[in-house]
Amino acid sequence: MDLALKPEHKAFADEVRAFARENLSPATREKTFSGKHYDKADHVVWQQALGKKGWLTYTWPKKFGGPGWDVTQRFLFENVLAEEGAPRIIPFGVKMVGPVIYTFGTDEQKERFLPGIRSSEVAWCQGYSEPGAGSDLASLRTRAVRDGDHYIVNGQKTWTSFAHWGDWIFCLVRTNPDVKPQEGISFLLIDMKTPGVTVRPIIMLDGAHHVNDVFLDNVKVPVANRIGAENEGWTCAKFLLANERLGIAEVPASKRGVRSLRELNDDPALAEKIADVDLQVQALEMSELRALSAMAMGGQPGPEVSTLKVRGSEIQQRIAELAMEAVGEYAAPYQPGMLFHDTNETPVGPDHAPPAAPRYFNMRKTSIYGGSTEVQKNIVSKAILGL
Amino acid sequence: MDLAFTPEEQKFAAEVRAFVKANLPADVRDKVKHGKHLGRDDYMRWQQALGKKGWLVYTWPVKHGGPGFTPAQRYLFENICAEEYAPGIIPFGSKMVGPVIYTFGTEEQKQTYLPAIRASTVWWCQGYSEPGSGSDLASLRTKAEKEGDHYIVNGSKTWNTMGHWADWIFCLVRTDSKGKPQEGISFLLIDMKTPGITVKPIIMADGGHEVNEVFFDNVKVPIANLVGKENEGWTCAKFLLANERLGIAAVPQSKRGVEALKDIARAEQDNGKPLIENQAFAEKIADLEIQVTALEFTELRVLSTMAHGGQPGPEVSGLKIRGSEIQQRITELTMEAVGEYAAPYLPGLLWQGTNEAPVGPEYAHLAAPRYFNTRKTTIYGGSNEIQKGIISKMVLGL
Amino acid sequence: MDLSLSDEQKQLQEGVERFVREKYTFENRKKIAASERGWLPENWAQFAELGWLAIPFSEEDGGIGFGPIGTMIVMEQFGKGLVLEPFLPTVVLGGGMIAAAGTAAQKEALLAPMIEGKKQFALAWLERQSRYNLADVSLKATKEGNGWSLSGQKGVVYNAASADDIIVLARTAGSAREEKGLTLFVVDGKAKGITRRDYPTQDAQRASEITFDKVSVGADAVLGTVDGGFPVVEDAVDRAIVALCAEATGCMDAINAATLDYIKTRKQFGVAIGKFQVLQHRMVDCFTNAQEARSMTLMASLKIEDKDAIVRHKAASGAKVQIGKSGKFCGQSAVQMHGGMGVTDELSVSHYFKRLTMIDLMFGNQQHHLTRYSNLAIAA
Repeated sequence: MDLALKPEHKAFADEVRAFARENLSPATREKTFSGKHYDKADHVVWQQALGKKGWLTYTWPKKFGGPGWDVTQRFLFENVLAEEGAPRIIPFGVKMVGPVIYTFGTDEQKERFLPGIRSSEVAWCQGYSEPGAGSDLASLRTRAVRDGDHYIVNGQKTWTSFAHWGDWIFCLVRTNPDVKPQEGISFLLIDMKTPGVTVRPIIMLDGAHHVNDVFLDNVKVPVANRIGAENEGWTCAKFLLANERLGIAEVPASKRGVRSLRELNDDPALAEKIADVDLQVQALEMSELRALSAMAMGGQPGPEVSTLKVRGSEIQQRIAELAMEAVGEYAAPYQPGMLFHDTNETPVGPDHAPPAAPRYFNMRKTSIYGGSTEVQKNIVSKAILGL
Repeated sequence: MDLAFTPEEQKFAAEVRAFVKANLPADVRDKVKHGKHLGRDDYMRWQQALGKKGWLVYTWPVKHGGPGFTPAQRYLFENICAEEYAPGIIPFGSKMVGPVIYTFGTEEQKQTYLPAIRASTVWWCQGYSEPGSGSDLASLRTKAEKEGDHYIVNGSKTWNTMGHWADWIFCLVRTDSKGKPQEGISFLLIDMKTPGITVKPIIMADGGHEVNEVFFDNVKVPIANLVGKENEGWTCAKFLLANERLGIAAVPQSKRGVEALKDIARAEQDNGKPLIENQAFAEKIADLEIQVTALEFTELRVLSTMAHGGQPGPEVSGLKIRGSEIQQRITELTMEAVGEYAAPYLPGLLWQGTNEAPVGPEYAHLAAPRYFNTRKTTIYGGSNEIQKGIISKMVLGL
Repeated sequence: MDLSLSDEQKQLQEGVERFVREKYTFENRKKIAASERGWLPENWAQFAELGWLAIPFSEEDGGIGFGPIGTMIVMEQFGKGLVLEPFLPTVVLGGGMIAAAGTAAQKEALLAPMIEGKKQFALAWLERQSRYNLADVSLKATKEGNGWSLSGQKGVVYNAASADDIIVLARTAGSAREEKGLTLFVVDGKAKGITRRDYPTQDAQRASEITFDKVSVGADAVLGTVDGGFPVVEDAVDRAIVALCAEATGCMDAINAATLDYIKTRKQFGVAIGKFQVLQHRMVDCFTNAQEARSMTLMASLKIEDKDAIVRHKAASGAKVQIGKSGKFCGQSAVQMHGGMGVTDELSVSHYFKRLTMIDLMFGNQQHHLTRYSNLAIAA
């Protein structure tokens, strides 16, 4: 057991830092530290730079084009990028559909879709939740009916992050309504430009537009776009979920958040609250490192990673809450110009004030999405505690 | 709307205070003030004094011998008794079995039992929980089988508070095991001296003995001791539960507890200053005091509704939950105030009234035992989980 | 001792409740929030007509003498509908300070027309550095002939754009953060030298940053005594805090009701999600929190005119701590139990959540008032 870094790892960290400083635009970096919203270009430019370097798909195995890093390198990569103010990598291509394709896809599908993901030239989004199927995902009702070489897809997806930026969407659809809910689901890739796909924005409580409803109205999808066997999409869905849970705790971003908090206010009561959340972040980081370390020894992440998601989301919420508390009454002015558009408006109050309350409001989603806290706790109580 | 007390209410308050000062034995007052354990006789001396005055059964209707207090009088009475360090009234007789008897009992039963409850000459205890039925009370299995004029009772009760001091016990027993569990239960009064009853102490986490297991081995109980109808004891049980909710929050005691905590925080040193000047600690007490105030005003709102002829609303249900959490928080902060001097364990001082000199200040050795012991408040009388279940069903309709 | 509403008070409650039900549907409120002023003159005229603007004031001041309980009744119902009309800055703060400290002439010129619905007010106390310290005021008022000249800046002034008069807390003597040496001035909102930057707040109220550049006022603009403004503003803010607490209890009732309804109807895994015990217990905790908030608001409303200043301050701070705690619990829980729908702009729940959040940080958040209470009642 050893917490200290080996020299080659130190050199690696320096390399990542140098890369970030060279390739991350100052405007994007500034948005990260001030808590403003990114636009599509911020993500694309940064992810394409990572793609060129071969680092975007840093979690992928070498044979599919990953860099073949050990867990320490991954840890350092994520932390250094967070420290340098890089936007988080949008997960839908790199961390979600990519691994599904290289695990369950045909060779033809791999050749067709993986390069666009590695280079970030194609933007992906996720079509999972439906108005009636949130926590209970398997109850989804979007229908795909076979018609020769195609499926005809009808239905509605919701909470689709970045669908308005997406080139492609991966969807869970129902191909057989007559069996147990989990058994009649297939995993389909759909080009967002296909006729019949409509995107409708959902405006969040802070006024932001990240998520959408996606309506599918007689959308023609080639059968060749199905990943895995028909009616076996639930296998892909479960694989994706397990793959996704690690890293969802967002520890590096929370560490950055705690550092920013420290600079805001020297009120003693607030300082103790910040110390408290700092300790929570440290505990979470050690738990994540323990899981990574077990993986490095060849183990699989167990259901206990669900607790990482629960605590990770609570911590992100707490940091946002304290940032708002630090601002006081200057959290009240609502300045959408500052948040969403790059206007030159001067902020009302201090520079860090405009995003404080919107961020707090917005972060309430973290304990809801990706399997709500209640669902995660059920997983832990069943799978670990045997209740 | 008005918070002020009328001149008559103020006169009443003065009368209560004078009575307590004149009738509460000094040694009992001292024990309560310092958080020491009280003996049977300590309770009895105080309760009998109240009984003589007619105030022990202060919640009873006039026709059954209650004093007919208004809600404001009731509030004043409870608060002044607590402020003057009177021990809490043991509820099993005056607040539990008494109201069951005057509501469901026969004339004969009323005449037999009520006078001794009013005077506190008989000590009652409660036989509800069993080893296999805690939160799920209706699953109880202690059996009562009819044999001529008697029931023969077999089984065991647990978490029986102060049964080792009791003259009588009121029990829920199973008289019918067919049908739904709630439908075969009866409410029996049993003389603790009846042959076949054994009381076995349960020692608590703080080393104290206040609860027991009670074993019934072919105990013969006259049918005349059945309150209400056979197999309808669940009605009595539910009535008792509803009757008990108000006042269970123990607000006056918690107010006294917060004051005692402040005294300790003034006496304890922290970086060369009284602990109470430590901002973080003072804020914890402030937070607690605000919680007590919120609870008190919730109770006052209920009392006001009742004074206008209304029924206590759903807000009563939350009282036990918050009341018990507050009692726990007081003991937790008291232990925190004492620091490392909470560690020495002095059972002699705690239980046996020996003259052992305390280690550290006199209040210190009580802090940890009280903290440990008070964990029970969110468990007994229907655990807080059960209370929330009741509220979610009865109040929220979930 | 009696904590129940009189028949007159019940009538008032029913009247305000009816107004909210009829005029403040969720869709209507959106329109009102987007309107020019962010509130409707016709609603304000109705308040005046129904006598609601006269509620807290004594009969000799032209009011109807319902006092803080009257304010509590109105604000609680307003909270249920997230009412946007500026009752708090105009009636509770502005009107309250004029009634407490104004001369007969000022009452005649300001309070009487306010009660008729013809004047609105704003209180400008906060400055960029003030955080929650009411005495941290550096805007300067200097003698100028018989009158005064005001220069400096004020921030997050609610209702400044609609206010006919802005009541400004200015430093006339003493050093930074000193309570002595503060004076209240009634300044015409359109006076020369005033520039405003207007903006909406997170919860659809309106506020402004204001710069005062050598704004001249007469000697009669002083409200109360020169250098003696602090206690007036402190008491007014305490009354405003209690009014906000009442509004918050209304918000909590509404958000809890919406959540309860949602978990009874939303189905997942084949059942209404309200059948899950974890949600049931959380819902019970919301309910209990709202009860405690109501109790503390009532306590504070009954004590806020006590003769003893310590009792008043403790009452306001104690209630604000409770409201901060309960409001956050109910707000966060409601969002969580609504799931994704809770974080959209489309349901009322997020709007209640935002209002509860902003109420916590107005005039000092939970932490600030816990410290204040502690300093007054525990460490003292």
